[in-house]
Amino acid sequence: MIMRKTFGLAAGVLLATTVLAGAETLTIATVNNGDMIRMQKLTDDFTAKTGHEVEWVTLEENVLRQRVTQDIAAKGGQFDIMTIGMYETPIWAKQDWLVSLDDLPAEYDIDDILPAMRGGLSVDGTLYAAPFYGESSMIMYRTDLMEKAGLEMPDAPTWDFVADAARKMTDKAGETYGVCLRGKAGWGENMAFLTTVANSFGARWFDENWKPQFDSPQWKEAITFYLDLMNDAGPPGASTNGFNENLSLFQQGKCGMWIDATVAASFVTNPKDSTVADKVGFALAPDTGKGKRANWLWAWALAIPAGTQKEAAAKEFIQWATSKEYIELVALKEGWANVPPGARTSLYENPNYKDIPFAKMTLDSINAADPNNPTVEPVPYVGIQFVAIPEFQGIGTAAGQEFSAMLAGQQSAEEALAKAQALTAEEMEAAGY
Amino acid sequence: MATRHSRSAARLMMAPAVILLLGWMLVPLTMTLFFSFKKYLPLRGGDLGWVGFDNYTRFVTSSSFWPSVLTTLIIVGGVLLITVVLGVLLAILLDQPMWGQGIVRILVIAPFFVMPTVSALVWKNMFMDPVNGLLAHLWKFFGAQPVEWLSDASIFSIVLIVAWQWLPFATLILLTSIQSLDSEQLEAAEMDGAPPLARFGFITLPHLSRAITIVVLIQTIFLLAIFAEIFVTTGGSFGTRTLTYLIFQRVLESQNVGLGSAGGVYAIILANIVALFLMRIVGKNLDA
Amino acid sequence: MARAVTTQRKTINTTVAWGIGLLIFFPILWTILTSFKTEAQAINDPPLFLFFDWTLENYTVVQERSDYMRFLWNSVIIAGGSTLLGIIIAVPAAWSMAFVPSRRTKDILLWMLSTKMLPAVGVLYPIYLMFIQLGLLDTRIGLTLVLMLINLPIIVWMLYTYFKEIPGEILEAARMDGATLREEILYVLTPMAVPGIASTVLLNIILAWNEAFWTLNLTAAKAAPLTAFIASYSSPEGLFYAKLSAASTMAIAPILIMGWFSQKQLVRGLTFGAVK
Repeated sequence: MIMRKTFGLAAGVLLATTVLAGAETLTIATVNNGDMIRMQKLTDDFTAKTGHEVEWVTLEENVLRQRVTQDIAAKGGQFDIMTIGMYETPIWAKQDWLVSLDDLPAEYDIDDILPAMRGGLSVDGTLYAAPFYGESSMIMYRTDLMEKAGLEMPDAPTWDFVADAARKMTDKAGETYGVCLRGKAGWGENMAFLTTVANSFGARWFDENWKPQFDSPQWKEAITFYLDLMNDAGPPGASTNGFNENLSLFQQGKCGMWIDATVAASFVTNPKDSTVADKVGFALAPDTGKGKRANWLWAWALAIPAGTQKEAAAKEFIQWATSKEYIELVALKEGWANVPPGARTSLYENPNYKDIPFAKMTLDSINAADPNNPTVEPVPYVGIQFVAIPEFQGIGTAAGQEFSAMLAGQQSAEEALAKAQALTAEEMEAAGY
Repeated sequence: MATRHSRSAARLMMAPAVILLLGWMLVPLTMTLFFSFKKYLPLRGGDLGWVGFDNYTRFVTSSSFWPSVLTTLIIVGGVLLITVVLGVLLAILLDQPMWGQGIVRILVIAPFFVMPTVSALVWKNMFMDPVNGLLAHLWKFFGAQPVEWLSDASIFSIVLIVAWQWLPFATLILLTSIQSLDSEQLEAAEMDGAPPLARFGFITLPHLSRAITIVVLIQTIFLLAIFAEIFVTTGGSFGTRTLTYLIFQRVLESQNVGLGSAGGVYAIILANIVALFLMRIVGKNLDA
Repeated sequence: MARAVTTQRKTINTTVAWGIGLLIFFPILWTILTSFKTEAQAINDPPLFLFFDWTLENYTVVQERSDYMRFLWNSVIIAGGSTLLGIIIAVPAAWSMAFVPSRRTKDILLWMLSTKMLPAVGVLYPIYLMFIQLGLLDTRIGLTLVLMLINLPIIVWMLYTYFKEIPGEILEAARMDGATLREEILYVLTPMAVPGIASTVLLNIILAWNEAFWTLNLTAAKAAPLTAFIASYSSPEGLFYAKLSAASTMAIAPILIMGWFSQKQLVRGLTFGAVK
């Protein structure tokens, strides 16, 4: 074994010296979203500039999360860069598992990162993951169907308006459903959405003493509202629909409205994939007049796990992939509508980007999100559509399964809430709160 | 016949396999046992000390434990029932004279070659999707409301997917067994005027009992571990959380290694109860 | 008197069998067909069976995104390697169990099978830590070893049941003729055992090829086989049926073709002692 290792090492050294001095091969784990796949295709540009090679591990979101969490928790060291979100970053950074990114060179212009994104990806003012793209959520709606229903979408609608419009737009025989909302169980699927709805109804996950709040009247109101709306105006099989399923339904022209990630705007307006590309309007996520809108804040960001041997090269990659130049490179090759949104202030000041129909609404949605004060009442946690504690993945998914079963008609809203309350209390107790 | 010399030679030949498997069993098992008595939360700093049997009590008293055991048994039992019954019928059919038997066999055997992830993805998206799935189109064609397979008939759907994958295996073993059946015996019975059902019940089925036991044994081993089919389709929602899946959620989603390890120990116990039960039957059948 | 089969009965048999065969095969056929459609055609209402514009676009897109050959090569090495290794270890063990049985043989066999019941998810963490220590993460050697170990009980058992059917008298006769143990194995046993070994090899390759838990969790970039390849095509953004179908077809085609060509050999030994 030792013989093998030394031999391998020697061979490796030999190889390294024959190739470019200091050239490394980076292993990067990422999610199979469109923007990342684009990044993967543009890797050659990075290699040409720095000499470093990249090996991609592209996985579906759930598999990716499981893999990278497992690897960082066990210190497996399989990846030099991991694509993680706003949920993981603060938790991992507090464990000293991530390399600080504060020392990126001046031309990277770290102050250009949107304040909301920088805040969510920093711990005590230190940036631990660089946003590749950021998103909030908003309403995407069909202008033609809205008109047919005799309504006009305000820029900042209320839930009552949305519910009314959804019911009027629904034509089940014609396979048009007023509103498509997430129902697939998962902390990053239906619970992300439901938590924002709950926030806008004034509900919260925990009170200041970490006591679960699913038994509060606000949660009941929010969940009942969602259930009634989906029963009246949602598509069939909604309890298994997540982001991707709803996107595909919307692109096929089967949804009147869809409240989801702002990044979806570029997909639904892309005539290549969307049959309704020229009939889409945008509005802020709805509210109930309590002062909070149902929009979240999320970023897919690149982070370097502590302990990697290739920290310098990994930083070079992050610098490349999240730079202003990268945005211009994508704009050049694929058009401005396809650049990774929501990460940099300069993008929204760029005259070329201002013409993009969803640019302003995306920025407004992002700016309207405040992870430190997600809902009406005070909370002990950070995060809008999630609670940034390690236990949340498990709790969120388990609770999500209860609400998913409720949407499928297998239990009532009261039962789902009671079960969610019980299981959350159980897990929180196990975690020692 | 076996001399002492050949005995020791035999032991030597068996040694690599036995030692490897012993290591493969003992090392992870010991580590799992070790973790199961610890509060071990990687995301909260790792090893937080010994907790005795806390993880064990917590795992069984959790509201999801017994339902998950039940789900596991239903899924395993359902798949076994379908594959054995359809396998026997299919084997009898394939044993009949026909044209293009070889090609039919190729068609029937094919699902066995498909990796579980792929078959789950294909079934979920292209067949069971309530809007774009082929089954939805079929239902609509007959004027019926499409079924929301994965939420309204979740366990059945998973059983269906898994049974589709394992039916070829059962069919093949049963077919080989049927082909070895002495046809003269059947003919004699036929001439004696025994009706087809009686011939099946008194001659074919007893002959197949050994093959059926083997199908049940081998499939159970694999079915207790099914994971991809659930991960891809329902993610454990709608009452499809098996014991394996519950452990997965504890270890990987909640990152509670201690609790998950305790669950793992329970799963090993369950598997061994099932195994013991099965091996009693198989052992008897194999000696016969 | 041989059983007379009327043409009418044969026709009925054929029709029913073909119908059922096609029904069972249909999901695979549909996947292959869909892989040649455009994304829009893939979700067309009503579904399109044969009359659409056949395109190879999905295959190009998939190949552009992920280097298929690398995943394929890893799958081949891991499935082939673990099978080869498994056979080398299992043949002597099964041989001695079949021909020099002791009172404990059956217990050992059943115990071996029971190790297969160790729930993979429960031991992932320990195995992961071990792999880190040994430097085996994301290596083909590591995966080959794991897959060999998880399938070894099945291999041993299958070979055992096959060897047991070889009549012992033949061996004794050979011994009488003065054959050494080596000659006995080489000239008498091996020819008789080949079909059983071939079938075991095939079954094991299939099982190893399709194993999706360890192969996904213990690899990153270098050793990732086709199971990891497919994990990047489940539910991407937007319409994806056609691309998913193309990726699925690419992932299963090699093993499907191998299986079909060798199905006679596979079936011959796939009895697990069910036939006596």
